[in-house]
Amino acid sequence: MQNPINLQQLIPSLTFEHVTLSFNHKTIVENFNAQINAGEFIGIFGPNGSGKTTLLRAILGLLSPAQGKIVVFKNPTQRGNSAIGYMPQSRSQIPPDNFSGIAMVSVAMHGYRLGIPYISAKQKKRIDEVIELVGAKEFAHRPFVQLSGGEKQRLLLAQVMLDNPQILLLDEPLANLDPNSQENLIAIIQQIQQQFHATILFTAHDVNPLLGVMNRVLYMANGNAKLGTVNEVITSEQLTKLYGVPIDVIQLQHRIFVLSHERGEIDHGTHCH
Amino acid sequence: MVHIVTEIFAFDFMRHAFIAGTIAAILAGIVGYFVVIRHLAFAGHALGHIGFAGATGAVLFGVTPIIGQLFLTVLAAFGMGFLGERISKSDIAIGVMLAFSLGLGTLFLHFYTAYAGQATAILFGDLLGVSDQAIKLIIILTLLSLFALSFIARPLLFTSLEPELAEAKGISLQLIAICNLMIIAVAVTIASQVVGVLLVFTLLIGPAAIAQQWTSQFWPGLWVSIIVAILTVWLGIVCAWFSDWPISFWISAIIFVLYLLSRLKIQIIGLKFLPINRS
Repeated sequence: MQNPINLQQLIPSLTFEHVTLSFNHKTIVENFNAQINAGEFIGIFGPNGSGKTTLLRAILGLLSPAQGKIVVFKNPTQRGNSAIGYMPQSRSQIPPDNFSGIAMVSVAMHGYRLGIPYISAKQKKRIDEVIELVGAKEFAHRPFVQLSGGEKQRLLLAQVMLDNPQILLLDEPLANLDPNSQENLIAIIQQIQQQFHATILFTAHDVNPLLGVMNRVLYMANGNAKLGTVNEVITSEQLTKLYGVPIDVIQLQHRIFVLSHERGEIDHGTHCH
Repeated sequence: MVHIVTEIFAFDFMRHAFIAGTIAAILAGIVGYFVVIRHLAFAGHALGHIGFAGATGAVLFGVTPIIGQLFLTVLAAFGMGFLGERISKSDIAIGVMLAFSLGLGTLFLHFYTAYAGQATAILFGDLLGVSDQAIKLIIILTLLSLFALSFIARPLLFTSLEPELAEAKGISLQLIAICNLMIIAVAVTIASQVVGVLLVFTLLIGPAAIAQQWTSQFWPGLWVSIIVAILTVWLGIVCAWFSDWPISFWISAIIFVLYLLSRLKIQIIGLKFLPINRS
C-alpha cells in the first residue's frame, strides 16, 4: 500500500536544524529537528492555525526562523530558490474573464525575469510539456475562471512544474475538491514524485485520501510537530501528546478517524478556511 | 475620403491633435491593460483627479499645468505603491484622497481667478490646444514609460495574476507595484491631455476592458487594447471635426458603445470561442 522508496539512496532534501518558528507571536514549532529525504511524499496535517502554511513559507525563505536553520539541498533557505515549487492555498487575484488556462500557465513561465513577457519557442514547448504532464491538454484553452476546481488545480500544478522543481510545497491542494478530483490530483502528484524523484510536502485536512501515497506524515499542533510514519504519528498516544488534550484515533477498514473528546471528529472532512 | 483627410490635416492644430492623441492612445492602451488585470481601475481614476490638483496648483505658481500634474501624480503613485495593496485597492482610502484632490484643485482655482478656461481644459481635455512643446514632452514621457515598462512587464504580468507565486519566486511585490503605479501616473497625465482628468478613465480602462472581452491571452489582449485605443481616438477627433461637439464626449461615447456591444455580443450569442480566443 505504501509508496516504495529506495532506502539505499537517502539524500536529504530538506533539513530542519533546531528550528524555532513563530508567526504573529504564536510559536509554530520549537527546537524542531527533522530530515526529509529526496523523493519522499510527506503529508502535513494539523488543525487550522497550527502553522502548516507558515512552515511552507519558512521553507520558501519568505519567513526567517527565530532560531535554527532550514537547509535545502545543503544550502540555507533562500528566497526564489528555483529548486522549490510552491502551490499556494489561496489566491488574492482573480484572472480576467476570458483568460485561458494556458495563458495562466504562461504568465508563470520565467515570470521572475526582467523584460517583456515574450514566450520563446523553447518556453512554449516547456509549457506544453507541463500541461501534458498534468493531463490538462483538453481544457487548457478554455477560460480559466470557468474550469472546475479539479481542472484549475491541475493547471496550477502545471505552473509549479515549469521550473522543474525538486521539492514541491503544495498547500491544501485538495481543498474544495470532490473525492473524484482529489483522487485524480493525488495520482498526478504521485506520478510527478516518482517520475522526477521529487520531494512532496503536501498539507491537507484529511489523512485518508493520502494514506496510499505518503511515506511519512508531519503532524503539527499546539506549537509541537512530529515527523514519522502514519503508524508512528497518527496514534491516540502521539496526538494526545501533540494536542495536549485527549485524542482518540480510530481505524476502520483502512480509514482513520481522529476524534477529540471534547469536540468530536477534528480532521476528517472539515475543510474550513 | 482623401478629400476629408486633406481637409482635416490642413490645420496645424488638427495634426497636433492626431499626433498627441495617437501617442496617448498607444500608451493608455498598453498601460491600461495592466491596470485592468491588476484591478487598479479606481486607483488610476484617482491619479487623474490628483493630477487636477497638481495642474491647477502649477497654474497658480506660474508653472506649465502638465508639469505640476505629472509631479503630483507620480508622487501620489509612489505613495500608493509604497503603502501597498491595502491602500491602492481600498475604495475608501482612494475615494477620500480623490475627493480631497478635487477640493484642493478647486481651492487653487479660487485663488487663480484670471483664467477660468484653464479649468475646463484640465478637467475635460484640450486636444486641439496641444502645442509643439507639449507634443515633445508627451513623446519623451511616453518613450520613458514604455522603456521602463519593457523592463518590468514580465514580472508585472506574473505578480498581477499570481502574486503569491511571484513572491515565492523572490520578486518584490512592493517594488513592482511602485514602478507600475508610477508608469500609470505618467500614462494618466498624458491621457488627460486628450480627454481631461475627469475622463481619463475612458481611455485608460475602456480599450483594455474591451480587449479582454475578446481575447484569452496576454499578447492578443494587448494588441487589441492598443488598436481599439488608437481607432477610438481617431474616430473621436473626426466626429468632433464634423459635429463640433467635444472630442472627449465622442471618445467616451465610442468606448461606451464598444464596451456594451462586446459584453452583449459575448453574453447573448455566447461567442466564447472566436478564432482570436484560441491561442
